[in-house]
Amino acid sequence: MKYEAVIGAEVHAELATETKLFCGCPTTFGAPPNTQTCPVCLGMPGVLPVMNRKAFECALKIALALNCRVDEITSFDRKNYYYPDLPKNYQISQNHRNLGREGYLDIVVDGALKRVNIWNVHLEEDAGKLVHPESSSDSGTLVDLNRTGTPLLEIVSAPDMRNTAEVEAFMKTLRNILLYTGVSDCKMQEGRLRFEPSISLRPVGEQTLGARVEVKNVGSITAVVKAVEYEIERQTKALESGEKLPQETRLWDDRLSRTASMRRKETSADYRYFPEPDLVEVRISEEWQAKVRGTLPELPVAKRLRFQKSFGLGDYEAAVLTDDKSFADYYEACLAIGGASPKAIANWMINDVLRHLNEQRIEMAQFPCAPARVAALAGLVEKGTIGLGTAREVFAEMVAADRDPAEIVKSKGLAQISDESFILEVVNRVLAANAKSVADYKAGKSAAFNALIGPVMRETKGKANPQVVRQLLEKRLAES
Amino acid sequence: MSLTRKEVEWIAHLARLELTEEMAEKMAGQLSQVLDYIAKLDAADTAGVEPMSHSGSLCNVFREDVPSPSLEREAALRNAPEQSAGYFRVPRVIE
Ligand SMILES: [Zn+2]
Repeated sequence: MKYEAVIGAEVHAELATETKLFCGCPTTFGAPPNTQTCPVCLGMPGVLPVMNRKAFECALKIALALNCRVDEITSFDRKNYYYPDLPKNYQISQNHRNLGREGYLDIVVDGALKRVNIWNVHLEEDAGKLVHPESSSDSGTLVDLNRTGTPLLEIVSAPDMRNTAEVEAFMKTLRNILLYTGVSDCKMQEGRLRFEPSISLRPVGEQTLGARVEVKNVGSITAVVKAVEYEIERQTKALESGEKLPQETRLWDDRLSRTASMRRKETSADYRYFPEPDLVEVRISEEWQAKVRGTLPELPVAKRLRFQKSFGLGDYEAAVLTDDKSFADYYEACLAIGGASPKAIANWMINDVLRHLNEQRIEMAQFPCAPARVAALAGLVEKGTIGLGTAREVFAEMVAADRDPAEIVKSKGLAQISDESFILEVVNRVLAANAKSVADYKAGKSAAFNALIGPVMRETKGKANPQVVRQLLEKRLAES
Repeated sequence: MSLTRKEVEWIAHLARLELTEEMAEKMAGQLSQVLDYIAKLDAADTAGVEPMSHSGSLCNVFREDVPSPSLEREAALRNAPEQSAGYFRVPRVIE
């Protein structure tokens, strides 16, 4: 039997606010344990939460960016459970009247648009961090409540994805939206953005869903893709051998590249959600909604389509350029400076700049050269001052020392020779010295042409403009 | 409406309460009475009435995103039964 994977995702993003959701404690990452707490986020009796306006507006922004329906009234609920990372024994979240619902995210997979529905977008508070010491002398668990109460956005997708390519595109596009809108810094390695995929399998053609397996503890986009791949394989094998799969939560082990079963998840009814009595409702007027909508930047997929249309780029080029907002911004900054065509600059960005970032494992922000450098280099090639091979050398020099490419060309005497009278002299010399190749060419052996280009390039130490060389060679051969 | 013993035990488990058999029996009766009392609300006609979570009309209470001082760590940990190296310490929660 052939099986089909049905994949959805729960996404949590910590919002980039200065302070927590319900108190004024700072949200600085990496502070010493328990130095960013107060009676409110410690869950002391008698305290009252007061909502952070910025956090709420960030959440509203994303609800709108994900095309959600935003009702006039939204309210908060208590989700009750006992765990040491939750000092109040309940988490303030949303359940009955979520901020956003019934939205969607368009992603591009293999050049085609695919829509992933979004069930809901809501705002809640994050929990603390637990540390389980490895040493045998401490058999306890340590609790750091610095993160407790950090504003957390939860986005729940419909199970609309069918393979890892779609999962990857979904994660990247969503991360880009969060980065583009500036609501989260999305540092997955710091746990500020967390994807939890859920995977079930069903026979192709079957409508009902199979047992849902939720995977937690996946710390990067690559790990999520690996975890989904692993689950599809594991579940396929189990179903093929006639096993019945339980609905469960599994933990991803990055070191062993596999998932393992976790405690059985309590069903949603066990959380005993009820309206949070300490918070009032939030009414979202049409004016407020319009104002927040007005702050939305151009979103990744729209940018990608605009790049294709306005700059004459292909789908692949546009996708690579807009994959990262800072990369796209850098590209547009190059275009603003000008001096080379959008296509030429795009090629430099995609081939050389991106390769440099990958090789050095750095972000766009750490790239050593300003956009003017890349634009200038692309211009030098397009104007024929240097050939592509030389330009690659200049690029290496440019990023190594943050030097102006034109200056590198000048100081190293790399400029290409396009002076026709000079090249003609060399061509004449070469033709005179290679009578056999000339005869071969005339006899119809087109390969002989290349045998004549070689010596011309050698005599000019590779600096002659190849196009001019070809033109002059063709001209002289036709004349003789 | 009457609650079964099993339901009472489940609720007690969720609230991390330990009930003796005798208490559970007693609670089943008392909680059932409370539920019966609340059930009187079912008689009210609520057709066309919007749900509300508060009796007041106050809404949109916000604070600005401006940091205020946190507690000194020592003060934050003061009530903890156990602490270690600046952390609250609790019985181990994973194997
Ligand atoms: Zn606090």
